[in-house]
Amino acid sequence: MTISNTSAVDYNFDVVRQFTVMTVIWGIVGTLVGVLIAAQLIWPALNFDTPWLTYSRLRPLHTNAVIFAFGTSALFATSYYVVQRTCQARLFGGKLAAFTFWGWQAVIVAAVISLPLGYTSTKEYAELEWPIDILITIVWVSYAIVFFGTLIKRKTSHIYVANWFFGAFIIVIAVLHIGNSMVIPISAMKSYSIYSGAIDAMMQWWYGHNAVGFLLTAGFLGMMYYFVPKQADRPVYSYRLSIVHFWALISLYIWAGPHHLHYTALPDWVQTVGMTMSIVLFLPSWGGMINGIMTLSGAWHKLRHDPILRFLIVSLSFYGMSTFEGPMMAIKSVNALSHYTDWTVGHVHSGALGWVAMISIGAMYHLIPVLFNQGRMYSIRLINIHFWIHTAGVVLYIVAMWISGVMQGLMWRAVNTDGTLTYSFVESLTASYPFYFIRFIGGVLIVAGFILMAYNMFKTMGAKDNTLKAVEET
Amino acid sequence: MDYGTLRGLVALLILALFIIIVVWSYSKNRASSFDDVALSIFEEDKAAAINKQRYLDKDSKQETNNNV
Repeated sequence: MTISNTSAVDYNFDVVRQFTVMTVIWGIVGTLVGVLIAAQLIWPALNFDTPWLTYSRLRPLHTNAVIFAFGTSALFATSYYVVQRTCQARLFGGKLAAFTFWGWQAVIVAAVISLPLGYTSTKEYAELEWPIDILITIVWVSYAIVFFGTLIKRKTSHIYVANWFFGAFIIVIAVLHIGNSMVIPISAMKSYSIYSGAIDAMMQWWYGHNAVGFLLTAGFLGMMYYFVPKQADRPVYSYRLSIVHFWALISLYIWAGPHHLHYTALPDWVQTVGMTMSIVLFLPSWGGMINGIMTLSGAWHKLRHDPILRFLIVSLSFYGMSTFEGPMMAIKSVNALSHYTDWTVGHVHSGALGWVAMISIGAMYHLIPVLFNQGRMYSIRLINIHFWIHTAGVVLYIVAMWISGVMQGLMWRAVNTDGTLTYSFVESLTASYPFYFIRFIGGVLIVAGFILMAYNMFKTMGAKDNTLKAVEET
Repeated sequence: MDYGTLRGLVALLILALFIIIVVWSYSKNRASSFDDVALSIFEEDKAAAINKQRYLDKDSKQETNNNV
């Protein structure tokens, strides 16, 4: 393949290509580790009595791989692409952009090595030890310089809304990462947090929930505001709504963290604030979802022919579903049932596999032909098959976890007339086994879909320039 | 002024800011410029498509299929 541009601006698409390819590769790796630990919950012998393969070490590897390797690579790729195209300017920083790619891959490799070896700060979604945290900070600041530098040298007068979401995501993740990772190192790979007790817990979930809110939501909403209109070939439903959506979302999300700490040592009023803010958050979330889906208003027939658009629109349906479920689960009395059960796991995966993965997959399928000078992907049929097995996988996964989770919650709280517990913990675990198996099947389907995607991608990259012609719509 | 009052005032200030943003973005005289911005993501492709079409018209009668 040769690389050229039809446009007047000499865009830096090299770094976009690199991140795009790695998004698909890390998608396979991250979900494969997920399937392995899902299998371990059914067949514990699958850790082969090796400390490196125990659930406790692989679970953080899975979450880091899907969030920071797959998801964040997708965000790097799309933000670098969108900021250049909408600003009609070449990426700022030259070699610095290349550094963000290699630096970020180095972070991921460090995670892949250090987590199975047992190095962990024990903070959920922030397990990496302090030397890696410093590298993350350096790469992230470089990312901010490249992104905002490009915004500053833009040739357009207005900053398109997608860039607002990407920009907020980059700034807030920097603040969260630095704030939550403040530690006192005691050796090369061991450190202790400067926070303690309930303050530590609150810092952790301020970080944790805003990783959801700004990395897994705001960043991907940036993706949505560019790729949904592009793929549908019509402007976003309401640009005005997108402005209100942006300010409402970023001003509310930051307060929602305490809902992870209901009925703990956290002061009661903080829990109530967290719950209230989480419920209000429903409004901007659905505002954004409606804005995305209604972009297709009057052109619904496109969904019949275009599996890429189907990925993008169904991702928004999952987004709407999880952002309804989330505020509901943040209500203290609902949380009393759902917390610590598989319901939480189901909720997270309807967001991660439904919203985050599907919008990324759709954006990648849009992006790959553009980046490698083709009119379309190698096989539209394979995209369609990917869509259906991914959707089936997600549905199997979340339905299994809902049933298992509600059942666990009800069994744990059941008491006999004399006040003793009706069920032991092991009884609830045994009852969950069939659902763990269904979840495992769902996971296998997801991985299979990613492998199809990788095949389709490499075939598209390997094809001669412009030999894959876009299909005219009938 | 005690801390509680200050927090209350800050909350009111942010609410007022939010209302201003809503009024501003939905004001009538902003409508056309927002429409332009929403369409801006298609401009470059249209320019590229026109250039390509010109090039092909000059060069041959080959059928085209551009939607990039």
